[in-house]
Formats: sequence, C-alpha cells, structure tokens
Amino acid sequence: MIQTLAIILGFQLVGEIASRALALPLPGPVLGLMLLVLALVLRPPLAAHIRAVTQGLLAHLSLFFVPAGVGIVAHLDLLRAHGIGLAAALAGSTVLAIAAGALAFTWVAHWTRQEEPEALRDQGRE
Amino acid sequence: MNDPALIWSYLAEGQLLWLAATLAAYLAGDWLFRRAGRQSWANPVMLAVMMLAALLWLTGTDYATYFEGAQFVHFMLGPATVALALPLYDNLPRVRRAALPMLAGLVAGSGVAVVSALAIARAFGIEGPVLASLAPKSTTAPVAIGIAEALGGQPTLTAALVLLTGIFGAIVVTPLLNALKIRDWRARGFSVGVAAHGIGTARAFQVNETAGAFSGIGMGMNAVLTAVIAPLALRLFGG
Repeated sequence: MIQTLAIILGFQLVGEIASRALALPLPGPVLGLMLLVLALVLRPPLAAHIRAVTQGLLAHLSLFFVPAGVGIVAHLDLLRAHGIGLAAALAGSTVLAIAAGALAFTWVAHWTRQEEPEALRDQGRE
Repeated sequence: MNDPALIWSYLAEGQLLWLAATLAAYLAGDWLFRRAGRQSWANPVMLAVMMLAALLWLTGTDYATYFEGAQFVHFMLGPATVALALPLYDNLPRVRRAALPMLAGLVAGSGVAVVSALAIARAFGIEGPVLASLAPKSTTAPVAIGIAEALGGQPTLTAALVLLTGIFGAIVVTPLLNALKIRDWRARGFSVGVAAHGIGTARAFQVNETAGAFSGIGMGMNAVLTAVIAPLALRLFGG
C-alpha cells in the first residue's frame, strides 16, 4: 500500500512541478494522471503492482469531495443573494450539457461505426 | 480533565474529531445510498455534506475549524485523480477507437455547459464577477478556480458552484440518460465527466467500470477545453 501511495504521490509531485514550471493550464494531479498512463504503457507490469490500492482509492472517490462540499455551507450567503438565477443556470446547463455530450457521442459513434455492443447497459446494475 | 465540557472543547478545536466525523458521515451516507438501492438521488457526497453541515451548525463550529481536520481527506483528491490513470490505461485501446465520438461529446458537452449557463444566468440579470464565477462550473475545482480568477470571478463562489454542479449532475444523470435512451456506457460516463467533473465520475464508477473510465477522461479533457471556451463565451455575454 505504502509503495503504491509513494508511486502515486511521486507522479502527482512531478505533475505539480511541471504544471508550475511550464505554466500549463492543467493542474498537477491531471498531469500526474497523464504521466502515469505513459509510464504504464512503457512498463505494463506496473499495472498489476498498483492495481489493488488504486482501485481501493477509486472505490471511495466520493469521500474525497466531502470536505470541499461542506464548504458550500460557508458560502450560503453568496449563493442566496443570487439564488434563483444561479440555481436555474446550474441545473439547466448541467442537464443540457449531459444530454448534448451523450447524444453527440452516440451519434458520432454510430456514423463512424465505433459502436461497441459490449458497452451497452443491458446487464448493468442501475 | 474529566469534565465533559472540557473534553468537548479540547476535541472541537482539534483535528481528530472532524477527521473522524468526515469518515463517519461518509460511511453513513454510503450506507444510506446502498439502502436506497444505489439510486442516484441518494448521492453519498450530498448526504455526508448535509449531515456534517447540520453537525457544524448544531455545535457552532466554523468551516475553518472543521477543515483543519478534514483537510487530510481533502488532500486525497489529488492522489485519487492520479489513480484514474489505471482505468484509463486498462481501456486504452477502446479509448483510441472512440476518439471521434469523444471529441464530439467533448465539444458539445463543454460548449453547451458554458454557453447555456451564461445564457440562463444572464436572463436572470446576473452579470459581472458572479457571471465570471459561473462560467467554468463544470470543470474540476482547481482548474475552475484558476479560470474564474483569470476572468475576474470570485474563487470561493466558483468552488461552491463547481461542487453543486457535480452533485446535481451525479443525481440527474441516470434518469436523464435513461429518458434519452442512451445505452452506451462510454457515452453515459463520458458526458457526465464533462458536465459534472469528479463527482460525476465518482457516480459513474458506482454504476459501471467502463462508464467510470470514460468519465475520468471526459473530466480531464474538459479541463483543457473550458480554459479556452470560458473567456470567449464570457465576452459573448458581456460579462
């Protein structure tokens, strides 16, 4: 576990340094993600090595958003000041964006014959 | 020190109590989510946030004190983002094949997210720094805050809007895409990653491994595109 954490933190650190040193628009962890994919492509055995801990982290991805989420409460006054407008903009645009993204993906997948029968949700649990 | 009030005042100022409370609230939220049959409206982030908010209010604790303890959990957001590399790597051949559909989904989802948010807010008379704070709200928080700052928005307001967007997107995605009859897990995951960043991705992983992998990619790609689109759209709406 500690070994995998050290590997992950190492990639995050390199990403963080690259993000700042090169003034890139991407945050350190996203660059670290890209670098780790590159490392996995170059050294496939690494995947088995980090799998258990990595999947453990991702299984509880929701947890890591909780502290920042509680911060919403600290900004309730700001949100209340523009309540209806912000709520409508937020809800409306999120619904429209999910729908537009999913429809565009599906249409282009159909046109370019990149549909995957095994990626359909018939036996999924939802 | 066996006076309960003294013990409380010691704990309430320390990190242990709020770290433990954060984990406990998440476990309770996750338990409720399972009890509700993993329905999207029982979002574990939302449930945990509501429990903790109530606890802070009842005990008169301010957010800064709470965050002293909760920061250790917050810190793990970075490593968890890096960890998304593994599902991306596992799906790399499929990702490569889906390059065109992903590009279309990205441009449509990202563009609609920014433009429709600004158009609706504008219709309600919102302008200036609040409009600028709203523009990058579908992007992952650190990127959104950077974009909002560059546009003259309020970083703290952006952070709150980003999280609300994520929670709302995670709740609405399942019924919405069922209604639209979208059955492709790749499209379902990717679109929620673009529109509702990491919280949408967490939801996608709860439902399906493929959806989770594509959602993580959507989140990463949108971080880049919103940095380009948001300033242009804001100029269009006279922010």
